Amino acid sequence: MSAIVGIDVGGTFTDLFRLDAEARTFTTAKVPSRRGDEAQGFLNGLAAVGGAAQGSIVHGTTVGTNTLLERRGPAIGVITTRGFRDVLEMRRRDRRRTWGLWGDFVPIADRDMRLEVAERTLSDGTIRAPVDEDAVRAAARQLIRQGAQAVAVIFINAFANAENERRALAAVRDVWPNDYVTASHEVLSEIREFERASTAAINAYLQPVVASYVAKLEAALAGQSKLHIVQSNGGIMSTATARRLPVRTALSGPAAGVVAGAALAKAAGFDNLITCDLGGTSFDVSVIANGKAAVAAQTTIEFGLVIRTPMVEITTIGAGGGSIAWVDRGGLLQVGPESAGSVPGPACYGQGNTRPTLTDAQVVLGRINAARPLGGELKSLDVEAARRAIDEHVGTPLGLAPDNAAAAIVRVADARMAGAIRLVSIERGHDPQKFVAMPFGGGGALHVGALIREIGLRCAVVPRFPGITSALGCVLADPRHDMVQTVNLMLDGLQADALATRMGAAGRQASAVITAAGIPVERTDVIYELDMHYLGQTHTVSVPLPVDADASGLSEALVRKAFESSYLASFSRLLPGLAVRIVSLRVAAIGRRPAFDFSVFRPDASASLERAKAGTRKVWFDGGWRDTSVWSRLALPAGAAIEGPAILEQPDATTVIEPGHVGRVDALGNVIVEPA
Amino acid sequence: MTPLDPVTLAVLNGRLVQIADEMDATLYRSAFNPIIAEAHDACHGLYHAQTGATLVQGTSGLPIFVGAMAFAVKAVIDKVARDGDLAAGDTYLFNDPYDGGTHLNDVRLVRPLMRGGNVFAWLASVGHWLDVGGNVPGNFNAKATESFQEGFRIPPVKLIRHGVMQQDIIDILAANSRVPQSNWGDLNGQLNALDLGERRLGALLDEYGDETIHAALAALSARAEALMRANIAALPDGTYRCDDFLDNDGVTDRPLKIALDLTIAGDRMTLDFSRSAPPCDGPLNIARSTTVACCYVALKHLFTDVPANAGCLAPIDFVIPDTTLLGVSAPRPVGGYTETILRVIDTIFGAFAKAAPERANGSPFATINALSLAGWREHGKRWVMFCFFGGGLGGNPEGDGLNHGNNPISTATIPPLEILESLYPVMFTQWALRPDSGGPGKHRGGLGAIYEIEALADGATDVFLLGERGKYPPPGANGGGPAALNRFVFETDDGEAIPPLVSKVTDVKIRRGQKVRLETPGGGGFGDPATRDPERIARDVRLGYVTAEAAARDYKAES
Repeated sequence: MSAIVGIDVGGTFTDLFRLDAEARTFTTAKVPSRRGDEAQGFLNGLAAVGGAAQGSIVHGTTVGTNTLLERRGPAIGVITTRGFRDVLEMRRRDRRRTWGLWGDFVPIADRDMRLEVAERTLSDGTIRAPVDEDAVRAAARQLIRQGAQAVAVIFINAFANAENERRALAAVRDVWPNDYVTASHEVLSEIREFERASTAAINAYLQPVVASYVAKLEAALAGQSKLHIVQSNGGIMSTATARRLPVRTALSGPAAGVVAGAALAKAAGFDNLITCDLGGTSFDVSVIANGKAAVAAQTTIEFGLVIRTPMVEITTIGAGGGSIAWVDRGGLLQVGPESAGSVPGPACYGQGNTRPTLTDAQVVLGRINAARPLGGELKSLDVEAARRAIDEHVGTPLGLAPDNAAAAIVRVADARMAGAIRLVSIERGHDPQKFVAMPFGGGGALHVGALIREIGLRCAVVPRFPGITSALGCVLADPRHDMVQTVNLMLDGLQADALATRMGAAGRQASAVITAAGIPVERTDVIYELDMHYLGQTHTVSVPLPVDADASGLSEALVRKAFESSYLASFSRLLPGLAVRIVSLRVAAIGRRPAFDFSVFRPDASASLERAKAGTRKVWFDGGWRDTSVWSRLALPAGAAIEGPAILEQPDATTVIEPGHVGRVDALGNVIVEPA
Repeated sequence: MTPLDPVTLAVLNGRLVQIADEMDATLYRSAFNPIIAEAHDACHGLYHAQTGATLVQGTSGLPIFVGAMAFAVKAVIDKVARDGDLAAGDTYLFNDPYDGGTHLNDVRLVRPLMRGGNVFAWLASVGHWLDVGGNVPGNFNAKATESFQEGFRIPPVKLIRHGVMQQDIIDILAANSRVPQSNWGDLNGQLNALDLGERRLGALLDEYGDETIHAALAALSARAEALMRANIAALPDGTYRCDDFLDNDGVTDRPLKIALDLTIAGDRMTLDFSRSAPPCDGPLNIARSTTVACCYVALKHLFTDVPANAGCLAPIDFVIPDTTLLGVSAPRPVGGYTETILRVIDTIFGAFAKAAPERANGSPFATINALSLAGWREHGKRWVMFCFFGGGLGGNPEGDGLNHGNNPISTATIPPLEILESLYPVMFTQWALRPDSGGPGKHRGGLGAIYEIEALADGATDVFLLGERGKYPPPGANGGGPAALNRFVFETDDGEAIPPLVSKVTDVKIRRGQKVRLETPGGGGFGDPATRDPERIARDVRLGYVTAEAAARDYKAES
């Protein structure tokens, strides 16, 4: 078989997208996830698209994220430099919130599972005290006795010289009963002990979980298909790399969605977009400028759990469909962050919650079809329950009639979503006129009109299947491998040849990982970035270098020019005369997969306006009820233009076209919503 | 003018806060000294055109500045009124602690946002510069008796005049610091932040119109006031007293009383500090503006739903006589202000604990422990490592206190030891939680820390410390016990020594290979220790948070 299947296992549903590239056909499927037995859900999903014999399977998983958020991982041990076992627990001396002094922190490795050994490396790489390997073995044995299933070796200044860590790693492996052994320099060879320790410890914590999960999947596939995993940076990796560096799977599923968004938009002719994923409890946005997703160097999963590895930058605010609307003591209407979740869910679900949610407001306003809820589990929604909840908790306190109160809830939610989008776009200097919104999931397309209006976005591109975007992203993602190395070189008098040699070697090492992954690529690109600053600064700017894979042509002048241009992109003034330092070298090898032909999504020949027409209903817009046309979205032909007010319905999403807007079906089956 | 609808108000509130937040982020990322870049000892906001009152404040800036910046902007407004030469493109610079709060290291930049020839609002940036001259590198001079020994004082001056930087002023600044390059970098970072704030606020005004934003700012202030009144009204009427003490003033070994009478009457609150000690010889004095600012910080921690603007101070009356150490003027030394304001905050927490014991928390560790290590580099340049340290937060109704947190006046993260070691000739030999440092209680106080540092420099390393809680521990609340005392030890040729003024150190030098060790307090406990869950006590002992001896003593636990 030559098919490739993308599988995104989410909390509620497992989504699949199967592409047969030769036959130019695709299949989608949505099956319930199996919480606690994700592997079975995975196999059930495969069965829905023809079974395990496929060719390649690319998987976006939340096993890592959920393990962390729910603290379901195993007992792990840490072996560290004498005097420093509490680094992991002391964090960077922060607290949960700026205001208010309550709340504590429980580290993922208990204090009695963190053991110290004599050894010390200085910040310039000098080994002040060699590691005592017998002590390391003794510590490892003690951790085994205390029940550790994985271990991380974390030494101070290992980024500057990994010799002691490497020797300790070998000593641990002498006695450790499994492969779950992590050394901090292998996960993150970068200065800042807490961030490196946290990343390494989380890697150890996830290793047994992710490895056994991947092993279960591979066993079930029985060699009939080759399995790959999506990383948090949107690239895919081999299962071997996933087992070694599971910390890189933390945002696996959402990252795949962003990859799909970028590719869908590009095929539709847009290079600049903002993806908007409206879920039950949160609204996730990410920005793609010039076809490239923004990547963050570090993410905090929750207070004290820091992962420093490149991740697609996803900004989350607590405003989802289940977010509760309430009036605070100062009389201000708020939406979220408290959420009714999917259980008990919005008041209109009739499952016990009586406080109004954003979804309740959308139901009252007629935008969501109460007779046809998404997902197919509920038969219908209780509009009256939604109205009562809104009236009691928002309408009465604010002196608004229920319809107006519902509209106000939507408007406040729109404003919060617009704020999140502004944070990643305008506030970073991107001109909204050049960006389009791409809503995912069931809810995003309900809000696109407001987002266009509030932010001044050019238009919104609603993909043909908003509900399976992450699964599609799995099929589209390129294999990728990232490495970082703290180098600490002064720019003045830089020995560019030596640096180029070092870069080339790192580039070849990263490329080799792509080759080993065994997924067909047309070519492999190697991208170099330097983290640089003026000597004395502690933060850096990331400086992309315009050089080829061998870094040939690298010179001091070229690096300086690149630095100054990156610095000015972030700050208003250069500091001429001050020394400049190269702190770290970042290398990414990306295997470019053959282009995906999005014309498979073209509406078929039988589509027509007549077939798509599904009547009219009253929907609230601009302070009053309007007769609004309703359409079956997937039956609309290419070239159709639907004027607002209109509602487009499909099994996995609802699209609202506001008065004054028009929705056009493009040649690839997207609906482009824009001012008429 | 028609009042703004609540929805537009919510939208604009988010936009305004975002401007200040992004100013914060711009400075952190471009600053030179780790106290700003890593520890976020800085703040940005928008201030009222006529009064200087805080309109909007960044959420990540240092909490203490939230209250203090209004006084700083007012100082510039007064200067403009005297001189009458304000123009677009001007930026003022100053660090006068008597005219704007805090201490000499906190350098403020204030710039008008002009609309049609008038000031619409002020933008301001404050950041802690590493060194501003004086007798002690890093400026935490524990035995200063006049502000002149603490550094150089700058009244509000025009750093930028009609868009032109006044190089003369830059040159004077550079000549008066041990680390001029670091200050120059930080100054540029602050200007980056102001540039960005000016652009963003200008764009917002263009989008919504000046009148709308004006109305929004007024409404947000009214809302903060309403929320503060509601919080005060929820407390029982009465007067609640709390007295606490500073160890000494760094000059004379005599405790200094901080005394508060907190009165609730309906929806108003009076904070009366009249019974506090008179001005002291050493640097533990503070100016009135600093006292008001730290009261604001304490109240914000107690009433977390009140937004950060001047409206929340409207229902509060302050009694801060200038005959106390909380209302001094120049040239009384104020370099140790961090310790005094933490104690003022503790008295507010203590008085609140009497008014509402079930909602209180044990006191936090509440000492900054400003440590400077300094020496000479090979080429005759000075190096100054300045750092302040963490400790435990108090046990509280929700659970145990946080281990190794930051102080209530701060959201500062600690610089990574690997960064410090890469910049200065020092090596940390311990960075650990301190057992038995949290106050016992139903919910135990969080643990303080132990930091031990070895000198690697060939020449002498000078040691300076300004800390507190060496004699009076952080108290518990609602029946909880006190935390451990602060402790500082340094190595001499004759063994370990403890400084005579406990947590205040000057004139100490260590040689290569010798160490200093700081052990910080935890937080006070919450609730009667006898009611602590025995499983939690056993866990504390297993994990080494509490030793078996302490468990037997404080919890009557069998070992």
